[in-house]
Amino acid sequence: MTVKTMAEFMAEGKQPEILFWVGSAGSYDDRAKKITKAFVKILNKANVDFAVLGTEESNTGDVAKRAGNEFLFQMQALMNIEVLNAYEVKKIVTCDPHSYNCLKNEYPSLGGNYNVLHHTQFIQQLIKEGRLTLQGNLYKGKRITFHDPCYLGRANNEFDAPRQVLKNTNAEIIEMKRHKQTALCCGAGGAQMFKEPEKGDKDINVLRTEDALETKPNIIATGCPYCNTMMTDGVKAKEKEAEISVLDIAELIANSEEL
Amino acid sequence: MQYLPNIIFAILLTVAIGYFAKNVKKLIRNIKLGQDVDVSNNKKERFKNMAMIALGQSKMVKRPIAGILHIIVYVGFIIINIEVLEIIIDGLFGTHRAFSGIGPIYGVLIGIFEILAFLVFVAVVIFWIRRNVMKLSRFWKSEMTTWPKNDGNFILYFEMVLMTLFLVMNATDVSFQNMNNGNVISQFIAPLFSGMPESTLHIIERAAWWLHIAGILIFLNYLYFSKHLHIILAFPNTYYGSLKPKGAFNNLESVTKEVKMMMDPNADPFAAPPEGAEAAMPAKFGASDVQDLNWVQLLSAYTCTECGRCTSACPANLTGKKLSPRKIMMDTRDRLEEVGKNIDANNGEFKDDGKQLLGDYITNEELWACTTCNACVEECPVSINPLSIILEMRRYLVMEQSAAPVELNNMMTNIENNGAPWPYNQMDRLNWKDE
Ligand code: SF4
Ligand code: SF4
Repeated sequence: MTVKTMAEFMAEGKQPEILFWVGSAGSYDDRAKKITKAFVKILNKANVDFAVLGTEESNTGDVAKRAGNEFLFQMQALMNIEVLNAYEVKKIVTCDPHSYNCLKNEYPSLGGNYNVLHHTQFIQQLIKEGRLTLQGNLYKGKRITFHDPCYLGRANNEFDAPRQVLKNTNAEIIEMKRHKQTALCCGAGGAQMFKEPEKGDKDINVLRTEDALETKPNIIATGCPYCNTMMTDGVKAKEKEAEISVLDIAELIANSEEL
Repeated sequence: MQYLPNIIFAILLTVAIGYFAKNVKKLIRNIKLGQDVDVSNNKKERFKNMAMIALGQSKMVKRPIAGILHIIVYVGFIIINIEVLEIIIDGLFGTHRAFSGIGPIYGVLIGIFEILAFLVFVAVVIFWIRRNVMKLSRFWKSEMTTWPKNDGNFILYFEMVLMTLFLVMNATDVSFQNMNNGNVISQFIAPLFSGMPESTLHIIERAAWWLHIAGILIFLNYLYFSKHLHIILAFPNTYYGSLKPKGAFNNLESVTKEVKMMMDPNADPFAAPPEGAEAAMPAKFGASDVQDLNWVQLLSAYTCTECGRCTSACPANLTGKKLSPRKIMMDTRDRLEEVGKNIDANNGEFKDDGKQLLGDYITNEELWACTTCNACVEECPVSINPLSIILEMRRYLVMEQSAAPVELNNMMTNIENNGAPWPYNQMDRLNWKDE
């Protein structure tokens, strides 16, 4: 696995093709780190020249903004923009739809203008351009259902890329009743990830897991580290963890190609 | 005496339209209590949205049964109103079926009206059954008791009565029935009245005529007090609806100024603010009452049809949390009406009544249950964004009152100190590479 930082590129006097925005979950959360590494393997396989910010990356401020703390969000944003602009970053790819949405939609008016892509969009591009050929058969005959992340799907109208990429696993893709525009949230958004849910009669991730279970899947595919945690917990709550695994699309591709 | 009906009609019409105009003025004044927001861009795209969503009902048909029924009622309502034009002319000038002179096409027109009236009647009956017999859960949530529940049914009764009156009026109009052109539906109602002397029929026909137009005028004035205001406000509301991707939340400019100043190493923190800066600063960050929201949000509150599509898709509501995005809109309207009445009672000046939207109408518990998933925004058939109001109120809670739940405060402290929502060291951010 080769991972270079922006500073290292700079020292060599070079610019990478993309900046991989790892995000806080992707950097620190044990489960999400596996997604990060799977994506790096895909980037390596396709020979993509990419860099990370490493210790110069800081939280996008997305979750603070959604919690209502606009001050903290803008402080984080302005700090990150300063770093990104100093490195003259043009294209950013991230595995976290929340970072994706924030960088793409909320940084521009603060002075940060980049071409931002979700990792599934970038993988789809690589396939289209012939830079990445997939032929793995590991998941052939398996049933996979994809849970749309709110901040990729409804928030940014990207429903196609993750599904197109998933097709390359040769698995059977089964849609949940609520999918695409009507997909149900996993329950993590809007800073819920970091607090106890308000009083109610059920947890949202359990309800969403029930949606998924209706499709009788072998695998629940996700495209967001927070969704992944929520669905994994949901599957555990339903005591199905022995039969059903919850995997990010990057992991599915990396596994299927035996990277 | 001969002109008495004409005079009574003219008075009725003037009073009805006058009262309506008065309420429209009040409506506009209340909406203008909101903060300014720039929505002057992209006129073309905005018109397109209005044409598609309000006129074309594109969002309604996402739920096909309700969508198609609604289109029938909507098309029927608009087209039958051409008939109202004739009624007004007849009423003012004492004519009878003033448009009948246009020839056989008149029969075709009335025929269409009759079919629509019948279809509207059927659709409205189905709507009533969905609400009251099948009890669709979105019409039976806790915010749908008392007035909102009655309001929904009143309108259905109203339409049933109006359509019946229209058809009875035609059925008892002897000359119209004799013409036998355009009485597509009313010819089947006419036999009910067979055997009655012509004078009785005439009285019934006149009564139906008067009640029909009176009903329409009452309906017009009922709008202001009802969720039915959407038949007018859906148009401006879809026009002014957001054009950005749903995930894009607005950045507060007032905050940008402060943050930039804080981060500028050359700024003197003790320097007196420049002249006029004080006035330019917003009184508060976020919203605790309706006046802190922007006017499009207030327009939306009046536009809400209380259909509950938002709430029926809300993950928080589906799992028994208190939050209901429909209630957020209804609360905003109720509070705005209260503020408006306060202003009316105090000679145009709002007197502090010790109440506000936050706390007295919407609780913190509701606000903190939102996952910002945008399901409500996606569902709304008239481009309302309940989430934007929730966000403004969270901003007030956090930035003005530091009233976030403890766990969120911890999370934010972590971001402030180490650039991640967890207490990890910033210097460990790339450790995953070698693990
Ligand atoms: S954005 Fe908030 S209010 Fe709207 S549907 Fe999602 S959780 Fe409910
Ligand atoms: S906000 Fe929209 S979807 Fe929700 S009740 Fe009102 S009109 Fe219906």
